[in-house]
Amino acid sequence: MSQVLQRTSPTGTRATRVIGTTAILVMAWVVVSGLMLTPQDVVQGESVRIMYVHVPSAWIAYLAFIFTAVASASWLISKKHSMGFDRFAGASAEVGVMFMAITLVTGSLWGRLTWGEFWQWDPRLTTTAFLFVTYIGYLAVRRLEGSVEQRARRSAVVAMLAVLEIPLVHFSVVLWRSLHQGATVLNPNGDVKMDGLMLFTLFSGVVGFTLVFIWLVLHRQRTMLLVDIANNQGLDSAIVARRAEGSAN
Amino acid sequence: MKDAGFIFGSYIVTLGAILIFAVSTLRSAQKSSQSVTDKDKTWL
Amino acid sequence: MKNISGTRVAKGKVVTAVLLKDLRIELRSRVVTNQVLPFAGLVLVMFAFALDNDDVLQRVAGGLVWLATLFSLFIIVQRSFAIDTADGALDSLRVAGIDLSAVFFGKAIALALKLVALEIVLICGAVLLYRVDLSASGLVLLVTCVLCATSGLAFVGTLYGGLTAGAKGRETLLPLLLLPVVAPVLIAATRATEAAFGSGGAQTSEGWAWIGLLTVFAAVFGVGGSLAFGSLIDE
Repeated sequence: MSQVLQRTSPTGTRATRVIGTTAILVMAWVVVSGLMLTPQDVVQGESVRIMYVHVPSAWIAYLAFIFTAVASASWLISKKHSMGFDRFAGASAEVGVMFMAITLVTGSLWGRLTWGEFWQWDPRLTTTAFLFVTYIGYLAVRRLEGSVEQRARRSAVVAMLAVLEIPLVHFSVVLWRSLHQGATVLNPNGDVKMDGLMLFTLFSGVVGFTLVFIWLVLHRQRTMLLVDIANNQGLDSAIVARRAEGSAN
Repeated sequence: MKDAGFIFGSYIVTLGAILIFAVSTLRSAQKSSQSVTDKDKTWL
Repeated sequence: MKNISGTRVAKGKVVTAVLLKDLRIELRSRVVTNQVLPFAGLVLVMFAFALDNDDVLQRVAGGLVWLATLFSLFIIVQRSFAIDTADGALDSLRVAGIDLSAVFFGKAIALALKLVALEIVLICGAVLLYRVDLSASGLVLLVTCVLCATSGLAFVGTLYGGLTAGAKGRETLLPLLLLPVVAPVLIAATRATEAAFGSGGAQTSEGWAWIGLLTVFAAVFGVGGSLAFGSLIDE
């Protein structure tokens, strides 16, 4: 049994299987409760149901980027430069980019229903979009050619620069919008009067998405290690093959 | 349900993206793990 | 800091040497004057074709000047680092045991000088082509804005240029990394320039608030760049 599991999911352990199963159960409850059990909102009507996936994915997206920044800083500061930090930073950023994409898509769908527009030039939305693009760039830097150490150093520095950049972007957009009179964007979450079940569903959403995040990051960073080793072996065997060719001639 | 397309759409996007990411991660792990010995799989 | 023969090399000397080297390359190759400047001028003309309205052009002149500057920035940075990595010049500097933050400042100042030359031409172009009026107080604001924005652009340009130098596909990667970072410069410099031009009835005094943001940006990436540059090219 365990060998079969090991073959289908080499990065799985008992812990990830427990986390994965719990995540599936919680997510199923969120979908059922969010779409069917929870009541409509007085102001927003049915569209409030998008909140149960939008808010938790935004939360996870920001959390993921904080983890990436902390792991990158740890890699730079630590004397050993442990590659575990680098793989964790990369895995967290990949998952974060995915959740950021989900946040932007569900947010614009929700915005269309509540504001009548897919997009508003609101500082929070704009900063989120910039964070998204910045981390797509971070992932592109990770894919540059070079050794594992080069990847770790480059991407850690880029993650640190992103920490400098994002507050500047946010501040400049705030300043830009404040001088621009501008449409007052109503805060979708603020208008919702939540009853017990709605709050509980939102809370389950946060728990469920966090479990999904942990499961994905665990598998992703282990996969990264596998890919790194496999690539390394590919290089080694290629060198051995060339040497064999050379001695045969 | 009013606006069902938008609401179901956002749930499908969310769950679909997570599913695709999970499956692609597991697949690439399967592909790479054949050439890696169990000794290198530190989590086992 | 010691070089191979064991004597100390002053940081200032390295900065000047790198700066003069980059400027000499430009004087001999004339890439900025013969290729980037005409390109930026063409962008201004193309904007006029695309927008096709004198009032609109006057209103958005500030933004167009800075967008054209950003597009040119990518070309100049790529060119500058392509020369450095082609002959392994960066590697030689590293092996020579030179303080890499001095290299950073030398290259950044050289980039800033090229950018200022470019911006002067672009602003003159905007005044001529888009019929912008420039008052004396507006000119003071505009000069300050150009200086502050250019130092910020030069620092991030050099920093990310060093990061992508020598990597495959850097031509496409550099804009992806740089554009989000320079967004605050685009916002602030555009607003300040619009205030200087008086576009859309803006007052000159409104522009000075943005100079603060540009200064903070330049300071943050000046310090961050001098710390990070060494570890980015040190491999």
